[in-house]
Amino acid sequence: MKRRNFLRNSLAVLTPTVISGNPIHVLSNHSIVDPEVLAKVDNDRVLVIIQLNGGNDGLNTVLPIDQYGQYYSARTNIAIPEKKILTLNGFGATGLHPAMTSMQRLFNEGQLDVVQAVGYPQPNFSHFRATDIWMSGSDSNEYLNTGWAGRFLDSNYPDYPDNYPNEMDTDPLAIQIGSITSLTCQGPLVNMGMSISDPNSFYNLLDTTEQSVPNTNAGYELSFIRRISKQTNKYATRIKAASDAVTQQATYPNSSLANQLKIVSRLIKGGLKTKIYLVNYGGFDTHANQAVATDTATGTHANLLGAISEAIGAFQNDIKGQEIEDRVIGMTYSEFGRRIKSNASGGTDHGAAAPLFLFGKNVRGGVFGENPTIPSTVTVSDNIPYQHDFRTVYNSILKYWFCVKASDNLQIMLKEYPTLNLINASACAVEMNNPIFEKNSMIVAYPNPFSQQSRIEFKTEGGHTLVQLLDASGTVIKLLVDATYTYAGMNSTTLQGSDLNPGVYYIRIQNGMHQYVRTIIKM
Amino acid sequence: MPLSPLSSSLGLEPFQGTWTKQTTTHLLNRLLFGAKQSEIQYFLAKGLNASIDELLNPSAVIPAPPLNDYNTATVIDPAVPLGATWINHPTGDGTINSLRRTNFKKWLTGVLIHQDISIREKLTLFWANHFGTEADTISNANYVYHHHATLRTHSIGNFKTMVKAITIDPGMLRYLNGYLNTASAPDENYGRELQELFTVGKDNAVQYSESDVKAAARVLTGWRINASYMSYFDATRHDTGNKQFSSYYNNKVIAGKSGQAGATETDELIDMLFEKTDMAKYICRRLYRWFVYYYIDETVEKNIITPLAEIFKSTNFDIKPVLTALFKSAHFYDSVYIGCQIKSPIDHVIGTLRKTNVVFPNSISDYADAYLHFNNMTGQLTNLGQNLADPPNVAGWPAYYQSPEYHELWINADTLPKRNKFTDLMLETGYTRNGRKVSIQAIPFAQAISSNPADPNQLVKDLFELLISTEVDQSIKDNLKKQILLSGQTSDYYWTDAWNSYQSNQNTINFNLVNTRLKALIKYIMNLPDYQLS
Repeated sequence: MKRRNFLRNSLAVLTPTVISGNPIHVLSNHSIVDPEVLAKVDNDRVLVIIQLNGGNDGLNTVLPIDQYGQYYSARTNIAIPEKKILTLNGFGATGLHPAMTSMQRLFNEGQLDVVQAVGYPQPNFSHFRATDIWMSGSDSNEYLNTGWAGRFLDSNYPDYPDNYPNEMDTDPLAIQIGSITSLTCQGPLVNMGMSISDPNSFYNLLDTTEQSVPNTNAGYELSFIRRISKQTNKYATRIKAASDAVTQQATYPNSSLANQLKIVSRLIKGGLKTKIYLVNYGGFDTHANQAVATDTATGTHANLLGAISEAIGAFQNDIKGQEIEDRVIGMTYSEFGRRIKSNASGGTDHGAAAPLFLFGKNVRGGVFGENPTIPSTVTVSDNIPYQHDFRTVYNSILKYWFCVKASDNLQIMLKEYPTLNLINASACAVEMNNPIFEKNSMIVAYPNPFSQQSRIEFKTEGGHTLVQLLDASGTVIKLLVDATYTYAGMNSTTLQGSDLNPGVYYIRIQNGMHQYVRTIIKM
Repeated sequence: MPLSPLSSSLGLEPFQGTWTKQTTTHLLNRLLFGAKQSEIQYFLAKGLNASIDELLNPSAVIPAPPLNDYNTATVIDPAVPLGATWINHPTGDGTINSLRRTNFKKWLTGVLIHQDISIREKLTLFWANHFGTEADTISNANYVYHHHATLRTHSIGNFKTMVKAITIDPGMLRYLNGYLNTASAPDENYGRELQELFTVGKDNAVQYSESDVKAAARVLTGWRINASYMSYFDATRHDTGNKQFSSYYNNKVIAGKSGQAGATETDELIDMLFEKTDMAKYICRRLYRWFVYYYIDETVEKNIITPLAEIFKSTNFDIKPVLTALFKSAHFYDSVYIGCQIKSPIDHVIGTLRKTNVVFPNSISDYADAYLHFNNMTGQLTNLGQNLADPPNVAGWPAYYQSPEYHELWINADTLPKRNKFTDLMLETGYTRNGRKVSIQAIPFAQAISSNPADPNQLVKDLFELLISTEVDQSIKDNLKKQILLSGQTSDYYWTDAWNSYQSNQNTINFNLVNTRLKALIKYIMNLPDYQLS
């Protein structure tokens, strides 16, 4: 803790003493930001994270209408009938599952981002490991004991939990609805979040925090429990008051997700300055019978997606009525997608990349990226390769929603990642020059199909550029380019593929705002 | 205050210290759901070795099966009358199965409350967490019961035998889709979890591959469940091709077999997994985290996990020798581990009921009322985050695997107040169902556990020794005695007089005088953060 105090103080010294004008403007332009200033100016932004436990079948959530034939033959027993797919204004190639009518409406109102094929280089197929990777923001082979949101909050509130709450920071930094504690909000020393299931019922706990503890593990755990006890007592009044302050809410459907989001809306409207809310919804591990055989647009998965869509729709409707929609965005994620090919049990097994959603008045709106390519012949182990690194989504939220400086972002994300223009430019008063829906002309391979080698031509706008080769399981198997360019323009490299077995591969480029995937065939 | 978890450098060498009330309580708190005073006295007198031999050799008959308490005028289990057991009458009826699952959970709660005085129930729960299955997903209550019975049967037997039994256990075949796993459509679910969660684990060093998951799934093709709800091997669904494993398994090939011989591939697969030292270490780490503490650094890995794994392998995977070595070790009794476990909801609820000698209606002769109360306690467990027989997923409860917090995950701003609320209610009003009340009877409890309840110093001391595992400052105990038992006065005889008056004349006034103070004192102790530790 001492180290961080030092860092914080040294930053404060370097910070310009006069901060004038539009504070958001100041934030996005100053090279050094005092964490306290950051916290103060940015205090009203909220992110709601919806975790979909179990691995959502992305390919039956966001559907590639332009490849319906391949899609259908890959999963005949669960394929959604083409005419039932919900269409998206301005994006004819892509549609939503028929159960997602509320999210279709949000999309057509410009309040929903569909981010295609989100994943990471070496997909992990274990629920638990994959969940940890998503929550921590780590690489597959890296074990982080902190969560990405925990690091963000820690960078803003480095002394937490000492002397919290205080006059300025009166409220929990993050709230998890429910009885569990999430790795997402784990900071370097303590979890930055607080779990509550009912904001109206709190119980006074003994305050014994001042007593010393023995130098044993019992002492270590005792200080942990006392900290939770103290936190609970101190924040309870604020949370209850916030909850009580809201007497009217829009109608929500009756699902556990809707109930959780209803609490979130109430707490935000009630005046909590909490920045991050975590909710979750389970049941997505659909190995068997995910759709009704006689009507594949219905069944288990349809019910799950319908519940998400209705809950988010109701939440948006409510926060609009509460006049807090300017301050709130939400994001969904699941630990992985599922296989392209369905299994004989009418379900899908653990897979790799999948789409995720951002929603809210201040998201940019639109489909980001391209539909994944569905091979014409699919084998059981084929996966959707990742187009967008999930950390580019986190990075974009930090930069364009919480207005975190690039240098701070690096500390939080631990590595440099590109960003996507997922949020309205006005949110952090940044300029976004890059066209977001540029058709991919960034990477070309020829010959394709190839037998020995193929020449890869790619366009970079300068800066860090990554070109990877992925196999059909969605795993990165070769790094072709990992370089930083000082100029914009065309470049090329050669893929030596004599060691590859014949089959489907993917080349992926990541540079600036751009992340694209192209299919390449080894003969 | 320690800034991070600590480890002891002591190893498996036998504990040579004095066998005290504290060491006895420590052992019993970890092996049972909370140690009762009578049990502490019994095992204190026995000494270390005899205690462990007794606790690790369960002699009690297995618990009597669950009894139908769910028939009503409108919903009737056609095969099972009220008061009879359903465990030999499997059914496909969804409504009946739902009622039976609820009934199973009530029964299991009763089993925990009335556990035999051995490691069996805590170890059965350990395995239920290890082979995490969800009753709601399995759906068929008979599978749920028999899965659980299998775990209990093998709980302190041979791990390899248990893995073989669980692999073809109908509940598990159902839970991880093994029954749908066929040559034409392999289902990887069990093949994956068998490796990742049940045997070799997925720690850094464990480098089996996705192809191993697929190969294992192919080996396991063909297991099904028949119309009598039993598992069997259907050779026509079995993949008879050879199964190639990766270098992690020394490029082992399990040769495909046709006919009933295909079933023996499953044994070969399990034999292959058990060849890995990673497997023995992984299981020993899980046992360590369950019975000692979650923090395993290089010292513990070297001094405890590695030698335990050696014992495990050298006995062909018998569980008892491993636990015997651990519970007799100097490491286990190092003061650094006394009272360091955050109680699970089961430890908290069941432990409180046991320690305070709460009396329930008889679970056989008075099963209807008993099950009503068990049901209430099952609900308490769920409310605190531990839905019996329905862990969140196949990995079990995150408190036993989720780094870095582990056991700390049980406690947060939501569950801590709920824990206090539970003990408060048990003391204040108790729970009444069908006119039968279950509560902590403060005066009989004090009488049973204190050598001299008339002496407020002795009473406070005895209560702390039983209920609190950490060292609490004498000043706090003195203050509690003064503020609560002596109503702010300084002379001990105020309490002594009150207690003795009640003993000689048990009228309402005398009763209230003693009872209110005693309840306030116990409530305070149970509200201490220290009470969450065991």
